[in-house]
Amino acid sequence: MNHLGFEMEKVKIGSFDFTCCEGCQLQLANKESTLPDFLALLDIRNFREISSERLDDYDIALVEGSITRPDEIERLKAIRAKAKVLIAFGTCACFGGVNSLKNRIPQEEAIREVYDNKAVETMPSMKISDVVQVDHSIPGCPVSKDEVEQILVGIVTRSQVSLPTYPVCVDCKQQLNTCLFDLGELCLGPITRAGCNAVCTTGKSACLGCRGPAEELNMPAFFELVKDRALSLNDLHEMLAFYNAFEPFATDET
Amino acid sequence: MIYKVISKGEFKAFIDALVQNNSSFGPRKVDTGSNGKPIYQFMPVKSVDEIDFDYTVTHSSAKHFFLPYRDELSHFNFSDGNWEQEIRYEAPPIILIGLRPCDINAVNILDDVMLHGAYPSPYYLARRKNNFIIGMDHMPLPDCFCHSMNRHTVNHGFNLFCSDIGDSYYLSINSSKAFNFLKEFKIEEPTYEDNCLLIERRKNIKNSFATKIEVSGLPCFLDIEFDSPIWQKWGDKCLSCGSCAMVCPTCYCYSVEECFDIDLKGSTRQNHLYSCNLVDFAQVTGGHNFRPKTGDRLKYRYYHHYRGFAANDNQQICVGCNRCGRACLADINPKDVINDLRLERESCMICVSPSPDKT
Ligand code: SF4
Ligand code: SF4
Ligand code: SF4
Ligand code: SF4
Ligand code: SF4
Repeated sequence: MNHLGFEMEKVKIGSFDFTCCEGCQLQLANKESTLPDFLALLDIRNFREISSERLDDYDIALVEGSITRPDEIERLKAIRAKAKVLIAFGTCACFGGVNSLKNRIPQEEAIREVYDNKAVETMPSMKISDVVQVDHSIPGCPVSKDEVEQILVGIVTRSQVSLPTYPVCVDCKQQLNTCLFDLGELCLGPITRAGCNAVCTTGKSACLGCRGPAEELNMPAFFELVKDRALSLNDLHEMLAFYNAFEPFATDET
Repeated sequence: MIYKVISKGEFKAFIDALVQNNSSFGPRKVDTGSNGKPIYQFMPVKSVDEIDFDYTVTHSSAKHFFLPYRDELSHFNFSDGNWEQEIRYEAPPIILIGLRPCDINAVNILDDVMLHGAYPSPYYLARRKNNFIIGMDHMPLPDCFCHSMNRHTVNHGFNLFCSDIGDSYYLSINSSKAFNFLKEFKIEEPTYEDNCLLIERRKNIKNSFATKIEVSGLPCFLDIEFDSPIWQKWGDKCLSCGSCAMVCPTCYCYSVEECFDIDLKGSTRQNHLYSCNLVDFAQVTGGHNFRPKTGDRLKYRYYHHYRGFAANDNQQICVGCNRCGRACLADINPKDVINDLRLERESCMICVSPSPDKT
């Protein structure tokens, strides 16, 4: 591969799923228009949705899903030991994701409800960084392929890799959307990291915060404005808990 | 300037002919708010019936027609260890219908910043040259304060401006293009009575401003109040969400991003409208952030709007549309912030130093 006159190695990449729907990995196999170029950047060593290779030498590990079983911890640690760069890939990996809903109820109840009391080994859902060190995070439920492309190109070309720091409202306003608060609804856009082009609010659905907290978010002020508008705090707590992404701010309510 | 009068029916026929044949944008109702009030935006229009001439105000301004929220500045092609830069100033002609006086004043301010400085923007110029602006007056909303900013009337920056005088519009024609278009339609010389109606309309508008902000001497006041606790008080409410700057007709800040094409054979340089309220606005290489505090960022937004920066001749760039106030979920608006700031100092009773004797 030649870039600006430099010969470059393709990056050896492995993609691994843990507890999740595999929707984020599927995103990588989507968007046919750029798929050949995208794959040309990569030497796929292990990626079951794209290739039948099962090699275990890779530089970059994309880790999808949350950790909910003891054997997953061991597998994840082994991946961390091999990978030079480990990327938490998608909302489940970054924050625990929808799987964390079960953390809010007693484990026995969850097992009874989901597995009809079969003996299963399960534990509260953890994000990847609860178990191993994470080098980059690509949030989103699912991830945005454009963003993944930019980040992988950044890694391949050794240029800067970053996520937007600001909240979804910036992109939402740029789409000339009517603010859902003006329609009397709740939305987590003001506290959620942008980068999805405000897809949900553009479709008139509330942002549920799948991309996690914006940097330096102002949670007390956000609670205040929800109260001032007499919107339901219960609904707000439900939304905040949906992807488990705002757990560190749960105590910011004034 | 040429003055004419056109009946509302004939005006509609004129607008219809324009929008049928050109890429046009005008005020349209996009939603109804939970308060029952309609929400308008400047949207594409293909026939006169799609335009809400009696609209109040659009939620976002018209600035993105000249400063798109995202814009490709250049594309680079790499080949054989070399590269070429490709720049296009593409601006298809557009017609903008229904801009308010404050909106047109805002475009004039953007002209000062984008075209009259040391480095005129060719991107802006291409768009600004290729548009046709039709302004329309209106009765102010309760929270409009363009009168306080002296931006409630406008005498340049448009092709055609329409004042509503009942059954007709009183037209101020400011370009030969507009005059030539209008020649095809039935327009009349203003009569004595039309002139009276226009004066009456203007007086009526001027006397209808319910929101007033005292901006005289404000630049000096702001300099003195640089360390006021007021900034932190309002900063504590601010979500750093940038909505205010996105809807503002005169906020023009942008960030520049470079991205490689996925095939690594080229790259693009894009700009992206930004806001000084966003957390990393003043963050520089190496990671230092000159304005890590929300209150400081909010303060600078007010400084730019009401004190002015040297880059735009220290002029106040706020036109008083209160779009920022309407968009702000935290209820931060120029009237309350400025009144708070003035009140804090003007009602201060701590030292009660006497004014110097009259001489
Ligand atoms: S709809 Fe949500 S994301 Fe959009 S401006 Fe309103 S709060 Fe922000
Ligand atoms: S709008 Fe919110 S919930 Fe929807 S994709 Fe973006 S960050 Fe996720
Ligand atoms: S107020 Fe802030 S965002 Fe607006 S133009 Fe000035 S510096 Fe830029
Ligand atoms: S600062 Fe607010 S009131 Fe002033 S021009 Fe901008 S949006 Fe309008
Ligand atoms: S002043 Fe309001 S609209 Fe502007 S950044 Fe702060 S919270 Fe957002």
